[in-house]
Amino acid sequence: MNALPYLSILRARFMLMLQYRTAAWAGVATQFWFGAIRVMTLAAFYEGAGKQPLNLAQVVTYIWLGQAFLAMLPWAADAEIAAAVESGNVGYERLRPIDTYLLWFARALAWRVANTSLRAGPVFMLAAVLLPLTQMHAWAWRMPASGLSAALFVVSITLTAILSSAITVLLNIVVTALKTQRVVGFSMGLVNLFSGLVIPLALFPNWAQGALLWQPFAGLADIPYRLYFGALSGGMAMQGLAAQALWIVLLVLLGRWWLDRVMARIDMQGS
Amino acid sequence: MNGFALYWRYVGVSLRGQMLYPTAFLLRLHSQFLVTIVEFGGVWVLFQRFHHVRGWSFAQVALFYAITSIAFALADGLSRGFDSVGPMFVKTGNFDRLLLRPRSAALQITAQDFTLSSIGRVAQGVVALIVAIALLKPDWGIGTVLLLTWSVAGGTALFFALKTFEGTLSFWTTEGLEVANTLTYGGEAAAQFPLDIYSAWFRKFLLYFVPIGCSLYLPVALALGRDVGVPAWVAALAPATGFAFLFVALAVWGIGIRHYTSTGS
Amino acid sequence: MAQIKVENLSKIYRIAARDPGLAGAFRGLFHRQHKEVAALDRVSFALEEGELLGFIGPNGAGKSTTIKILSGILRPSAGHCDVGGLVPWESRVAHVARIGVVFGQRTQLWWDLPVIESFELLRDIYRVEQAAFASTRDRLVEMLKIAPILDTPLRQLSLGQRMRCEIAAALLHRPRILFLDEPTIGLDAVSKLALRDFIKALNREEGVTVLLTTHDMHDIEALARRVIIIGNGRLLRDSSFESMRADVLGERRLIVDFADEPSDVAVEGATVRARDGRTVEFAFDPSRTPAHTLIAKVAAAHEIADMRVEDPGIEEVIARFYALHGAVDA
Repeated sequence: MNALPYLSILRARFMLMLQYRTAAWAGVATQFWFGAIRVMTLAAFYEGAGKQPLNLAQVVTYIWLGQAFLAMLPWAADAEIAAAVESGNVGYERLRPIDTYLLWFARALAWRVANTSLRAGPVFMLAAVLLPLTQMHAWAWRMPASGLSAALFVVSITLTAILSSAITVLLNIVVTALKTQRVVGFSMGLVNLFSGLVIPLALFPNWAQGALLWQPFAGLADIPYRLYFGALSGGMAMQGLAAQALWIVLLVLLGRWWLDRVMARIDMQGS
Repeated sequence: MNGFALYWRYVGVSLRGQMLYPTAFLLRLHSQFLVTIVEFGGVWVLFQRFHHVRGWSFAQVALFYAITSIAFALADGLSRGFDSVGPMFVKTGNFDRLLLRPRSAALQITAQDFTLSSIGRVAQGVVALIVAIALLKPDWGIGTVLLLTWSVAGGTALFFALKTFEGTLSFWTTEGLEVANTLTYGGEAAAQFPLDIYSAWFRKFLLYFVPIGCSLYLPVALALGRDVGVPAWVAALAPATGFAFLFVALAVWGIGIRHYTSTGS
Repeated sequence: MAQIKVENLSKIYRIAARDPGLAGAFRGLFHRQHKEVAALDRVSFALEEGELLGFIGPNGAGKSTTIKILSGILRPSAGHCDVGGLVPWESRVAHVARIGVVFGQRTQLWWDLPVIESFELLRDIYRVEQAAFASTRDRLVEMLKIAPILDTPLRQLSLGQRMRCEIAAALLHRPRILFLDEPTIGLDAVSKLALRDFIKALNREEGVTVLLTTHDMHDIEALARRVIIIGNGRLLRDSSFESMRADVLGERRLIVDFADEPSDVAVEGATVRARDGRTVEFAFDPSRTPAHTLIAKVAAAHEIADMRVEDPGIEEVIARFYALHGAVDA
């Protein structure tokens, strides 16, 4: 399979991002600030609190990871595709000699990788390097628990990128099938909550922990972050990775099947 | 037709446009409610584990949360136009259209983007308020109710002013406006908790520099009977700073327009 | 006393320059370069009340910039401007209440609203009293023939219909000055003619001062007695069109259809521009060879079936003018 068209999609995405240099810096500043507010809030809660499933250092790191990798999440359907759907031009996607699912997947993945790589680095510099330098150790982004944790994190965050892209493509398909992008905003609250970005999943009531780990959104943030600071280890770590992989397979299969049906209908009706 | 009447005329036109697509409108409203109520749910989950934060209980925090959310939501509904000044007007050159009319541009922008679906956000604030009142079971007189309303008003003015600043920024750059979110959404996120849980420097920042705390912390703490180190009358008058801030924001907006007309589109 | 006075108007823009490629884009994150472009360079002219001025020039010459400055939505870098006693950019609200502006590629009407509702909203914005509004509206609707489309939302109208509504909208508050920036762009022939007739009537019968920028030379031919030509931000010519034609391309053309295909058509006092079978086009300088003299010479040499005398087309004149002044698309 020729990877060239997909690589050029990635490159195009990077170029687009770099054009808006002020936006890039502003995005970093915004996320750092939001992270800081959440850290301060959580720190106040932890004061004088007893033992918790995650200690403050881990929660703080969790929050920073969340900010750095915020762009990883499937926030919305691809804007260009949504526009094409609403103007009725989506049928033209079929004119390209590339598999539509793979094309959309490549776009989603490129979006995630490009946006994240631009933000993650600077947020890391600010939260992991600058904060300790200014004596605010308690609020700094900590290093991974061990070499193994770091490696598992890398594997997991890669799976996150893929999982998120699969979900984004599903959003694209929903938009194409319903011919409108307005429904998509609905899902944001739920994705936010169940990925752990509102509250780390470990801080939810104990009885819910099993179910929370195996729902599809856990792999978007919670699983890689917990692997990072070793809160998931050994058998649990394997479970986390397996959960991510499982959902990837399921959602990709669902996406391919559904997209074929939707596109077949469009091919016939001429959208 | 004077400015005030014209504002409502515009709002009527804009609302009719929004209501043309009722399903979309309802979906937007619901998703706003859902996204924000989930955050309130998150606060509740935290309190299940921690029970108290620096001496404040869930019920008390819920009141701060409610007042802040309502103020923010009201401001959001009224000032949504400033969000889109950059991409919709400045970048496209359509801002010229506004300047060609013998009216203030700010009036035209706020009136035309009056967003009714913000009611979803307001509803979430009201839910939090109901929870707070149900748990606190306070005995508030008319004075306290007025105080809380005045607090919401000051907060709304302040968030509106911040949105105006954001719109003004777009005269200088149509990118990077995200940074204004640190003050608007960030300010809301911070003020949802009583400010004394933060370190001194941050609390002072939110009281003296961007006076969110003056409108949304001091009066509410006063209503809850907590001593916050300032005399009661100061806490009661503090929301006026929100309006002063708004005055400044509109003056800066004027400077922004001057810049726009100097550099062209 | 001139109604519109423009003195030494200059406008300089700073534009960000970016290096190409990925590396250039990365560098652009940290350091930005600018270059300066002079959109207008000491332009001066004056308009009396009731004049109709045609403003032409290649793309990017500065026409739209001039209109924006005169409208008050752009500040010049240098120079002075006076419209009816007001400086446009300093007294914006008072000034725009007195003028009408139509930008050919933008609309000031509301996209989703029926046209009549847009009109009513404008009435409120411009504070026009109801009785005056009703009579003006009715007249404009009649003159522009837009009665059948008044209740249609703007987005459902064709471009020609939209432009007619646009012009009506610009005149609802009875301004004495009208700025038109490329109003006939993209319109079909019938709409263009209708629009030209309307503008002509507005100017000749009601005495509205009109400043019109356009690329369509036939607009100029039909409407403008006076033309200003802008090139690269500078004012190149300010005169009647006829005097410019005489200066730039004074030759005339004689087009003859001969009875038979002539073998040799050389004639003293004229050059052959083109020939196609029996038709030959001669060019001659009327100051040296009067038209009747040339016609007599040609008729004496060969039998003529039909003929006509023409002046060079306006587009040719303008193109020649641009070439002479090195004025090119910016």
